[in-house]
Amino acid sequence: MSPGRVLLAFIVLLGLAPFVLPEFTITLANYIGLYSLVALGLVLLTGVGGLTSFGQAAFVGLGAYTTAVLTTATDLPPWLAWIGASAWLALLAGLAITLVFAVAIGMLTLRLSGHYLPLGTIAWGISLYFLFGNLQLLGGFTGLTGVPPITIFGHAFESGREIFYLIWLFLLAGIVTVQNLLDSREGRAIRALKGGRVMAESMGVDTARSRLAIFVLAALQACASGWLYAHMQRFLNPTPFSLAQGIEYLFMAVVGGAGQVWGALLGATVITVAKQWLQDLLPKIVGQAGNFEVIVFGIMMIIVLQRARDGLWPVLTKWVPLRVRPRAIDPGVPPLARRARPPAGETLLEVKGATMRFGGLVAVADMNLAIAAGEIVALIGPNGAGKSTTFNMISGVLAPTQGEIRFRGQLLRGQPSRAIAALGMSRTFQHVKLLPMMSVVDNVAIGAHGRENPGLLRGVVSGAWRLERRDEMRLLAEAARQIERVGLADHMFEAAGALPLGKQRLLEVARALAADPSLLLLDEPAAGLRYLEKRALAELLRKLRDEGIAILLVEHDMDFVMGLVDRVYVMDFGQKISEGSPDEVQHDPRVMEAYLGGVE
Amino acid sequence: MDFQIALLLGQDGITNGAIYALLALALVLAFAVTRVIFIPQGEFVAYGALTLVALQTGRVPGTLWLLMIAGALVAAIELIDAVRRSHWRGVPMMLVWNIAFPGALLALLRFAPLQGAPMPVQIALTLAVVVPLGPMLYRIAYQPLAEASVLVLLIVSVAVHVVMVGLGLLLFGAEGSRTPPFSEGRFELGGMTVTAQTLWVIGCSLALIVLLYLLFERTLYGKALRATAVNRLGARLMGIPTALAGKLSFFLCALIGAFSGILIAPITTIYYDTGFLIGLKGFVGAIIGGLASYPIAAVGALLVGLLESYSSFYASAYKEVIVFTLIIPVLLWRSLKARHVEDEE
Repeated sequence: MSPGRVLLAFIVLLGLAPFVLPEFTITLANYIGLYSLVALGLVLLTGVGGLTSFGQAAFVGLGAYTTAVLTTATDLPPWLAWIGASAWLALLAGLAITLVFAVAIGMLTLRLSGHYLPLGTIAWGISLYFLFGNLQLLGGFTGLTGVPPITIFGHAFESGREIFYLIWLFLLAGIVTVQNLLDSREGRAIRALKGGRVMAESMGVDTARSRLAIFVLAALQACASGWLYAHMQRFLNPTPFSLAQGIEYLFMAVVGGAGQVWGALLGATVITVAKQWLQDLLPKIVGQAGNFEVIVFGIMMIIVLQRARDGLWPVLTKWVPLRVRPRAIDPGVPPLARRARPPAGETLLEVKGATMRFGGLVAVADMNLAIAAGEIVALIGPNGAGKSTTFNMISGVLAPTQGEIRFRGQLLRGQPSRAIAALGMSRTFQHVKLLPMMSVVDNVAIGAHGRENPGLLRGVVSGAWRLERRDEMRLLAEAARQIERVGLADHMFEAAGALPLGKQRLLEVARALAADPSLLLLDEPAAGLRYLEKRALAELLRKLRDEGIAILLVEHDMDFVMGLVDRVYVMDFGQKISEGSPDEVQHDPRVMEAYLGGVE
Repeated sequence: MDFQIALLLGQDGITNGAIYALLALALVLAFAVTRVIFIPQGEFVAYGALTLVALQTGRVPGTLWLLMIAGALVAAIELIDAVRRSHWRGVPMMLVWNIAFPGALLALLRFAPLQGAPMPVQIALTLAVVVPLGPMLYRIAYQPLAEASVLVLLIVSVAVHVVMVGLGLLLFGAEGSRTPPFSEGRFELGGMTVTAQTLWVIGCSLALIVLLYLLFERTLYGKALRATAVNRLGARLMGIPTALAGKLSFFLCALIGAFSGILIAPITTIYYDTGFLIGLKGFVGAIIGGLASYPIAAVGALLVGLLESYSSFYASAYKEVIVFTLIIPVLLWRSLKARHVEDEE
């Protein structure tokens, strides 16, 4: 079965449901739809982006209270009152308010480690709940009544059966939007967040911006759910917007499967139905009234996290024979624009007197180094010589304590890695940093992320509604080209994590090449490669050199280095001890001493 | 507000702040050693206070049944593990702690007339019932996930919090309780009245902080915990088992939590779910210290106590809003200090 047909069947069933199901089931289904919409945002945030929020219920409340106040209050000032004339205008107002709050909270925590966002959202959830309960304007803990129904062209959605269609329309639109987004350029950047921020930043992704985008998106979905809730329920009090409900939303996302969009629907269904059932059952068993179902949910949650981290959705899909065809890649699309090649011999990178101190330890002292376009240069030395530190200073992961580094004439001074990547420097990592669950082609396409930059808003909007398919095809075609170049064409659609280590290293080279670099930094590219693979890699690097790319590599494999490179820098104990052609270096007594020990 | 009221509010703030400081220290400890953001810290406060209440009214506290169930669960998990690995050395000791100890406690509480026992005995018994729940909790919920990301551990913490609040309602009921103060009496101090319990709270908090300091500085276990906090892998290579470090830190967290609950039970009415907000205020303190610095966390927690006390005077309905909004400037400040993007564990 193709996923499209399953979806179609599901939509038909949904369309028929209000004609056959009893009132009670429809109400339940309405709640499931509302909760799923919130959980969907959490799937994006938690399962995909590796962040989370416990404050989603507060965003739901923001949507609900905004519309309730605007559509019921009679004494609003004229500049506000016109919004209350239509629930749809109130929705826009709610979304705008949510946007402001989400951006503010997001901005506060984005530069910090990932756990500050959830902690911040706990505080936010509590604060807003108490505000809802204490503001007279919002009716305090007793609440607001008389919220009008939503109307479209004069038709009011009053009964549960009517609003059912509206709720599920919103939910399906949300699911399709998120699914499309994840399948786009911005979506790849979002998925890259889980692979570590250092890698994503080196590939030109602004990780703080991507985090903000998903947090805001999740908040807006929660707000829309709150708007629907207010007009379905027709009265409001603060209880459904408490932190406890915020936690329950997270449970839905995790139990359903935080990595998959449909997991949100599954999780919301399971938790909502189970809650209904347990709320009847448990008080009878224990003989007192209270919300004991949370005990069951909490234990369920711990078991899911311990035993099935991906939630229930993957378990379910095992029974449904879905076939997903890999995306066709059209090699005929016009290629991405390439940056102007620097003329051969132009000095690209210049390191002057660079020193790196970690407290009292001097990792690199007074390092000088220069690389010109069209040459391959190796940086070698025994373990602990300071090669990786030098590498990290050049790529902007570390800022040198002293000295200067110039790339294409521009002084690098504390710029983030992504800004340096944008200048035309691209790298691989000593310990491979890939997204193991993503396909090879998607992994490589992350490398090309910085080559087109439509801006965040346009990127997200056009990605979500598939307005950028042509650009996306060009990105993928570029990725495919680089994959062929490194000899991985047969593995294009396999999961990157399934490749052996040697091939993963080649994949990293392809990803670096997809950025169209003038300078390529390779950290131990030959480690783990077999003889033939090494020969192929050397061949590729020579070809790149002939195209005018400069290559700096750190490598321990001397056979590989000496037969390939034009010049060698040798480091020991944080200092440069020799430089020159491979031949000169090999006969330098200082190098021999460093590698073999001195003659006693 | 006149000077008299300001002093009174300050006294309140410092008393609560001392408790928040203890909790903040426990939270920093748990995070440093196990990377667990220990949301259920506050539940131990409620469990400690309400267990003491049950003992004083001559009932067998509900937490004892929980201890027996949790002990049995841990024993079952450890036995399965022992069978799988054919490794029996630690089993007898494990059974003593998880099965025999709760059993002995039950016998003691059932048959010994403890209702009128002196306060120190009641406190010791309360700690004996509640504190072992800490390491058991670590074994059941966290140890299988010791290598998971901070995010996953945080979600587990929230799940554990929810379970513990639900169980709290089941074990203690919905009514709130207070305990009599450790000792009656008031003092005149520079024109303001200070109750004896206030002095108990501040004195005990200080004593506990000094004890913790000595533990970390002078004992092998304390040093093992510090080593694990600095470098988990390195500590393991030096022969400090991660699981031991985890259980030890949770033991301390449970001890600090339960003892804090006993300290404040005479001052505020404790309900089964009171602990959460108290624990979160400790969290605000811990976040001020970046979840890393013990002294800044303690000072931050004191600040939270004072802020709460003074804002309850000016805008009592918005007390919680003000306290939790404090986190915003704190995060902003930390955010401006953060410079480089780093990978998370």
